[in-house]
Amino acid sequence: MYVAVKGGEAAISNAHRLLADRRRGDRSLPSVTIDQIAEQLGLAVDRVMAEASLYDRSLAALAVRQSRGDLIEAIFLLRAYRTTLPRFGNSVPLDTAEMQVERRVSATYKDLPGGQLLGPTFDYTHRLLDPSLLSDEAVEEPARREAGGEEIMRVSDILAHEGLIEADGELPQDHQAGDLTREPMEFPMGRDLRLQALARGDEGFLLALGYSTQRGYGRNHPFVGEIRIGEVEVEMDIPELGFAVSLGHIRVTECQMVNQFKGSSKAPPQFTRGYGLVFGHSERKAMSMSLVDRALRAEELGEDITAPAQDEEFVISHSDNVQATGFVEHLKLPHYVDFQAELAMVRKMRADIEAARTADRGETEMKDAAE
Amino acid sequence: MSADLATYNFAYLDEQTKRMIRRAILKAISIPGYQVPFASREMPMPYGWGTGGVQVTASIIGPEDVLKVIDQGADDTTNAVSIRAFFQKVANVAVTTHTKDATIIQTRHRIPEQKLGENQVLVYQVPIPEPLRFLEPRETETRKMHALEEYGLMHVKLYEDIAINGRISKTYAYPVKVDGRYVMDPSPTPKFDNPKMHMSDALQLFGAGREKRIYAVPPHTEVVSLDFEDYPFEIQTFEQDCALCGAHGVYLDEVVLDDKGGRMFVCSDTDHCEDRREHGHVGAMLAPNQEAAE
Repeated sequence: MYVAVKGGEAAISNAHRLLADRRRGDRSLPSVTIDQIAEQLGLAVDRVMAEASLYDRSLAALAVRQSRGDLIEAIFLLRAYRTTLPRFGNSVPLDTAEMQVERRVSATYKDLPGGQLLGPTFDYTHRLLDPSLLSDEAVEEPARREAGGEEIMRVSDILAHEGLIEADGELPQDHQAGDLTREPMEFPMGRDLRLQALARGDEGFLLALGYSTQRGYGRNHPFVGEIRIGEVEVEMDIPELGFAVSLGHIRVTECQMVNQFKGSSKAPPQFTRGYGLVFGHSERKAMSMSLVDRALRAEELGEDITAPAQDEEFVISHSDNVQATGFVEHLKLPHYVDFQAELAMVRKMRADIEAARTADRGETEMKDAAE
Repeated sequence: MSADLATYNFAYLDEQTKRMIRRAILKAISIPGYQVPFASREMPMPYGWGTGGVQVTASIIGPEDVLKVIDQGADDTTNAVSIRAFFQKVANVAVTTHTKDATIIQTRHRIPEQKLGENQVLVYQVPIPEPLRFLEPRETETRKMHALEEYGLMHVKLYEDIAINGRISKTYAYPVKVDGRYVMDPSPTPKFDNPKMHMSDALQLFGAGREKRIYAVPPHTEVVSLDFEDYPFEIQTFEQDCALCGAHGVYLDEVVLDDKGGRMFVCSDTDHCEDRREHGHVGAMLAPNQEAAE
């Protein structure tokens, strides 16, 4: 006897209880603290802040813990909180030339004003598992030196002196930077919105697209003009005061890709730029972003659009991992009403074919008999 | 860190967002079947799980409303339960499973069997709002096609279906023309439900959160399923009646009973089925038991 499936509510609540149990894991082990996550899994926290578009290390660490380390789930948690926050205003554009630089490398110059600073990087580490990390051995303090007085010039500014690189984008003075989390999105987009979408886009997706441009799908001859990581000041204009006040410092990663460009009917031969700026420490994301940003400027620069990475609607519509994961995973929701409709249709079509075959056979037999 | 991290407004969304969504809804009602872009918010449930419908409901719901949520026609599917619980939590509204008692019905994939009245709003959850999407993937193109009323491609698609399969093989999300102007996706409801949209007394609102679109069919509006003179639109018919309540001419779910091909058909609209049984209607599956008891 069929019993209607009831009790969804109890099932859901039990499932969530089990989830909480699995999240906590073995109770004989101490649980990780938010501070520990923020300090020791800092790059995971950075990724969550970047793709959630919310700079708050504690909340991001909380989201990482709550999501059992599933970073897309953590991004989702943080975004669903961010969306409820009121907007007070826009910050003044960050001045990354004034960054307190911790890492700065350029691939286009052997040496340059401000020097090459490796900073805390995985580059040149040998990827050998380190048994010393199995225990809690003391870790050396980092080497320090006095900050040099030398200004750490941006590579784009060096090239700009010779007029070899295009200027920063020209936007009208009164241009209000768009916000795709508050306004409906429309194609084609301005570069401001596109960069916002890329900055919160999925790291893996952008990595793959950036990689595809290197392998010939929309190749754009990139050089890393500069990557810099460090702290910048965030300032906001307060209308009542008539000047900008500092809101604090945030850590960002900036990548300026310098791309060879032979010129087109729309622009003279010069170096062009792809730009990446990401919350926290995330070189892979900033580099991928700048490759994809440059690829998406194909139309603006009069290049042929031949590859996925150059296709704005394709890239921007699919770069958001919270949207993507939601829609992919919604396939596990019940679809039995639609499936029933398809089932009936397939049965009917098969019956038609069977009937037609039987009729054919009947005819052949009659013909055989007649002969 | 404060434990009192966040407090939420009535029905979760802040009032400014609600106003923005209401403006989109009003525009949608004014241009029946036209997809209005709106600044969809990130909701605390995943995209693809009804965020569009939830935002529409959250924007129109008031403390006096009575909410019903169905998924596949049923009130007790997990996602329907979850969305209903969400509104109980954030809006503290009365909820019901009875179609006739509800002022707002949020639905996924079905329209209730019972005729809706003018005091009711049906809110559809929509995954892909663009009926032309699978013919033309680009939004820039499809918007142009709608603007120019260029729907030839859709008719060609339906014609090709007939040429290949001998019939229009679309069984759900069957395209309709609204008020003689816009071709609209009715959301993935089975085409069985399409006629219920036509000249409905209730307001029908459609929310697509991930795709950031809202559209509407105002009450008493023509909704015509696309077809050809020689291949007229037809809805699904079922040979069986509901095994539990004996209903005929309703949409049925097929329930597999064993691994030997045993199956039964029951109402997809669970409220309709329960209501009929309460009123003494008995289907084939329940009848023998009742006789035995007597």
